[in-house]
Amino acid sequence: MRRLSAKGIALIAVSAAMVTAGSMAWAQKARVDFKYEDPIGVVKIKPGEPIHIAAWMSVAGADASLGTDTRRGAEIAIEDKGRKILGFPIKLSVQDTGCNAEGGQAAATKLASDPTIIAAIGSTCSSEARPGVPILWKAGIPTVSPSTTGPFLTDPKRGPEYHGYLRTAHNDKVQGAVAAQFAFKQMQIKRAATIHDGSPYAEQLQAVFAETFKKLGGVIASQEAVSPTDTDMRPVLTKIATGKPELIYYPVFIAAGGHITRQVKEVKGLEKVALMGADGIFSPDFYKAAGEAAIGMYHSSPDFSAFGEGYKIFLEKHQKRYGEKPIAPFHAHAYDAAMMIFSAVEKVAKKGPDGTLYIGRMALTDALYATNNFKGLTGNLTCNKYGDCADPRIAVYRTSAENIKNLVLPDKPFWKPY
Amino acid sequence: MLKRWRERITPTNVVMWFIGATTLILVIIGATATLSHGKYSAYHWFDFIVFGLAQGSIYALIAMGYTMVYGTLRMINFAHSEVFMSGPYTAYYVAAAFYSSGFLDSHPILSLVVIFLVSMATSTFIAVLLERIAYRPLRTAPRLVPLITAIGASFFLQYTFRGLYGSGFQAYPVMKILEGEWVIGEFRILKFQAVVIVAAALLMAALYSFIQRARTGKAIRAVSEDKEISSLMGIDVDRMIVTTFVIGGMAAGAAGVLYAVMFKQVHFFMGFIPGIKAFTAAVLGGIGNIPGAMLGGIFLGLVESVGPSLVLDGLGIVAPYQLKDAIAFIMLVLVLIYRPTGILGERLAVKKA
Repeated sequence: MRRLSAKGIALIAVSAAMVTAGSMAWAQKARVDFKYEDPIGVVKIKPGEPIHIAAWMSVAGADASLGTDTRRGAEIAIEDKGRKILGFPIKLSVQDTGCNAEGGQAAATKLASDPTIIAAIGSTCSSEARPGVPILWKAGIPTVSPSTTGPFLTDPKRGPEYHGYLRTAHNDKVQGAVAAQFAFKQMQIKRAATIHDGSPYAEQLQAVFAETFKKLGGVIASQEAVSPTDTDMRPVLTKIATGKPELIYYPVFIAAGGHITRQVKEVKGLEKVALMGADGIFSPDFYKAAGEAAIGMYHSSPDFSAFGEGYKIFLEKHQKRYGEKPIAPFHAHAYDAAMMIFSAVEKVAKKGPDGTLYIGRMALTDALYATNNFKGLTGNLTCNKYGDCADPRIAVYRTSAENIKNLVLPDKPFWKPY
Repeated sequence: MLKRWRERITPTNVVMWFIGATTLILVIIGATATLSHGKYSAYHWFDFIVFGLAQGSIYALIAMGYTMVYGTLRMINFAHSEVFMSGPYTAYYVAAAFYSSGFLDSHPILSLVVIFLVSMATSTFIAVLLERIAYRPLRTAPRLVPLITAIGASFFLQYTFRGLYGSGFQAYPVMKILEGEWVIGEFRILKFQAVVIVAAALLMAALYSFIQRARTGKAIRAVSEDKEISSLMGIDVDRMIVTTFVIGGMAAGAAGVLYAVMFKQVHFFMGFIPGIKAFTAAVLGGIGNIPGAMLGGIFLGLVESVGPSLVLDGLGIVAPYQLKDAIAFIMLVLVLIYRPTGILGERLAVKKA
């Protein structure tokens, strides 16, 4: 065998190096062709893997009807979308939040630790969103809420940790004002009292109501508070009775709302007072809790009769799939939230050469904020830069004996402000 | 003489007097302000007191379970709140069945008796089960172990019932016999409040006389004093402890139905807060002391009901009822600071030398 000379070795080494460099450059060229960068992070979904959207809602406990209702709305949206986006199956996982801050924090922490989640629908209650939204946004997950209505969540001073939050539900600044106008102008009530439960939603909503009511010329006799787990409301109601109000506005949740409604008639001085609640207790579960004491009660709530044609089809699908009418006010908002997310995903997702789907987190959030004139069930959705996307229509409903007996919400609004 | 005083008074004493004096002054200012303002008339105060008595009677009945178990086993039975919950939650299904079949309206007293019996039976069953499974094996374990077990048992029972009955709320049907009110002059009292107060009082009287007079009651008191000597005297200690749990369970079951009659809503978590309040009441009255538990319960109920209006309103605090739990627990802390054995004192055995 010929011994390799120094020249031969050098020749082999150089050509090996050239081949290696050439192949690396070629590979580099191929990667340079497909680059997907995002300031926060990119989610890579291989072909066959699902697009994971999480729902963090109050699906168990006293306020289970609120979360179950929005979950159903999201599920119907997934059905309508054919269960796929861009050929990838949609996966919806649900975490219970319990309508309080601890539950919201726990659910958000659990979701934030899952890197496959691209977006979230929720939460149900504003008390959950307060700690939960910053936790999700830190992990780069934007959330579109169908039912949190607290004004502080879209306030210009909310802080950058809330940037991942948008909502298809109305802002309570609208709801409180409508309730006050109904009380003052329609019912001709001059003295009102409010009860809240310390949660951000209830406290801010009754504050808006009180402010508007006073501006219209009415008198607020007292603004009281209970805790959400209180059962004996009679002392508070006795105190309210000394102010002789004609209406009590209590925008609380189902447990406390049920107790208040049942105990009002037992307190001396409040036999003839009018009762008004808000969207948090507009549910058949509340009728169960309050019983016949809720007959003749008013609720401020999203106006279902103002929804578009698609809403009737939605109701039929809901009846077919779940065997009953919707059990809370925000199912259509959840449907719209899901559709908003789907359309944003379609806008920003890019398929790589091997079929992998790339979704940039910041790009997805920007696309959500860029939602403009999106035709949803609840109206035309256009998001402003602080996350309010809804076209709010609030009406007032009245509960009749039939509603209580059959445990169904009233169909037609009692009064509309427009 | 002054020098002797200065030696006996420590800075801690000074701070304590300061705290006590400030609290007393605040309470007096608040109370006089409210009363002189005249916002509440006599019948308002009567209403507050009646609410407080009704709520307090329920606390008192539940507190009896805590105090008796502490007396015999020297442990806090944290799972007693679930014993309290299990009764009315199970009896709800009986009540609902009676309501839908019309039996509730046609035989109200009989159906009420049946509901009471079902509730008391269920609570007793759960209490005895607890004793057998969770507490008896740990009789000789260090103090902390039964405590943790009790907390664990509490959670276990809560979620078992959640699994059995669902996580939603159920509402007791309205019983027409309990609707309406009795009017005495200018004062009126709602029928069910009167029923709750009278029923609770009768039960407490019965239980107290049982503990004081009956042989089993005396045996239970003996076991509370000294387990070893009692067994030497021929008392079956195990049986007495089970009897303690049975009595506590029955009281809790009855309290549960009264609670359900007053508030109508039952759910798997309903025992938690009344349980804590009742435990507070038991400690307030002197843990281990049965009349103390009764007194503590009623006192706590009254403070929660009358306190915010009487004191906080006068001090000008907005929405005072949000703070009613704070008042109750601050009162507990103050009582424990100034009288650590509770109002009626710990009537347990003299500490062993």
